[in-house]
Amino acid sequence: MTREFWVSVVVLVGLPVAAFIAHITGETYIINLLTRMIVLGLAGIGLNFALGYGGMVSFGHAAFFGLGAYVAGIAAFHAFDDSLIVSMPFELGGTNQMLLIWLIAIFLAAVLAFLIGLISLRTSGVYFIMITLAFAQMLYYFAISWPAYGGEDGLSIYLRNEFPGVQTDKAFSFFLLCFAILLLVLLLCWRFINARFGAALQGARMNALRLSSIGIAPFPVKLTAFVISAMIVALAGALYGELNGFVSPSNLSWHMSGELIIFVILGGVGRLVGPLIGAIVFVLLETYLGGLTDRWQFFLGLILLATVLFANGGIMGLIGGRTRHD
Amino acid sequence: MTDAMEPILQINHLSKRFGAVQASDDVSLTVLPGRLHALIGPNGAGKSTLISQISGFLMPDAGQIFLKGRDVTHLSAERRVHMGLGRSFQVSNLLLEWSARRNVMLAVQARRGGSFRFFKNVWKDAELRAAAEAALQKVGLQDRADIRAMELSHGERRQLEFACALALEPAILVLDEPMAGLGPEGTAEMTAFLEELKHSIPILLVEHDMDAVFRLADEISVLVYGRIIASGPPETIRQSVAVQEAYLGSSSDAA
Ligand SMILES: Nc1ncnc2c1ncn2[C@@H]1O[C@H](COP(=O)(O)OP(=O)(O)O)[C@@H](O)[C@H]1O
Ligand SMILES: [Mg+2]
Repeated sequence: MTREFWVSVVVLVGLPVAAFIAHITGETYIINLLTRMIVLGLAGIGLNFALGYGGMVSFGHAAFFGLGAYVAGIAAFHAFDDSLIVSMPFELGGTNQMLLIWLIAIFLAAVLAFLIGLISLRTSGVYFIMITLAFAQMLYYFAISWPAYGGEDGLSIYLRNEFPGVQTDKAFSFFLLCFAILLLVLLLCWRFINARFGAALQGARMNALRLSSIGIAPFPVKLTAFVISAMIVALAGALYGELNGFVSPSNLSWHMSGELIIFVILGGVGRLVGPLIGAIVFVLLETYLGGLTDRWQFFLGLILLATVLFANGGIMGLIGGRTRHD
Repeated sequence: MTDAMEPILQINHLSKRFGAVQASDDVSLTVLPGRLHALIGPNGAGKSTLISQISGFLMPDAGQIFLKGRDVTHLSAERRVHMGLGRSFQVSNLLLEWSARRNVMLAVQARRGGSFRFFKNVWKDAELRAAAEAALQKVGLQDRADIRAMELSHGERRQLEFACALALEPAILVLDEPMAGLGPEGTAEMTAFLEELKHSIPILLVEHDMDAVFRLADEISVLVYGRIIASGPPETIRQSVAVQEAYLGSSSDAA
């Protein structure tokens, strides 16, 4: 086993242990903080699937994150007052079932990512960054100008939605639920990356011409990865809405897209568990440094700069060593 | 016998223009089974452009390309590979961060399909590994399988590209200056390798090294300013006045 593997194990064991200790000492605030790390880390892992493994630097993944959040918010909003989302041509009400909400969020994200990817993956480099940003901003302004769901003010989830057999309104239970999802997604990503699909995807990132010249068209491979990536990020977005009890256009804004990129770069581009580490560091800085000074982002910037300049594979590269491609 | 000599690759009246440059000017040529057809010509004559059109990375303005009798002019590069067209590039084109073995394994995967399989571990796949080992063996790189492509020498990278191309089990190989930068010893090895290979796989060879070309070729076409000015068996080309004047005579170009 590589050092990266053991670093990942330590992180993945450390989080629930920390949450458990917080649970028995009654530190709900800490549990929620840890849940925040996990949920943001999950979103970073989703982005990393496209960015790290497929070389698609999307600056618009907030579109999928916010979409997931709004699905949770809108479903809860209608379930709460028992109203209809759509009445024509068929009747569709809200739901407070997380499983159903996630399925809808993931499905809608897949459709949206397919359409966005179809157009933006014809470009590359700066153009790709700008086009993905433009699509996300379209959604952002749409959310702002849609008064039915709070417009600029966002939308509250008064009662956390339900999951069979889990008391989702209890902080530790919700943490465990999110953690289970994180593990499941990590497992899936790990399999995908080391399967034939992953080989083709990484080949497409390193040298698309090479891929074409051995007879694998890079475009469908990248598009598929882009869609999978969006599905994961949407799931994280839905959980984020539940965690905060609140969704708002800021979930869709370019700041959010930027934060996702920061998780990936900080933790390690193309490192499976890297973005989780990035999100942990980000939340720690935001919480503890942010408590001391409003200019905490200045220090975040410094750390980011140092990472880019001196730690090639992010924090995971620093402590987990180089990747091996034997 | 005549049936067997149906061309593997046939190019009919191919033309391609870049602005003022006529890179391909009514080019026609064929490659027959078991034969090596060499394409020679000075720098900028349009050899690489022709190869790009054959392999589907550039669309010709006019003309047709037939692969094993089928018109592939409008097929994608990837489809042509699956129909048996293998190629090498003038400039090395590999997955540099990956080991030699992984490079070849991906080519085997491309050949066998399954790039949309999501669960089975690819790097432990015995079928892919065995086929990759066999291809590396063919080019003599079996002892370098674990070395990353970026750490291989220039000559070894060339061999690795061949291993990838062979792993695709091509019906024809289109090679763009495979000897370039190899040095005398490497060139001799590559020549011997191609001499062996051409019996099993027909080859269209673009090459500057005249010794190699005259030793290997069954047929030679001379391209100048995008136009084929002479085509025929090596003896005929060697003696052709037009070729002497346009190409072979000016030793600086031939170097
Ligand atoms: N993509 C391109 N755009 C414009 N001109 C090109 C392009 N590719 C090649 N050319 C021109 O076409 C001519 C033939 O180039 P090339 O096929 O590379 O020649 P060769 O391989 O015989 O040295 C040259 O004049 C070159 O400058
Ligand atoms: Mg050339």
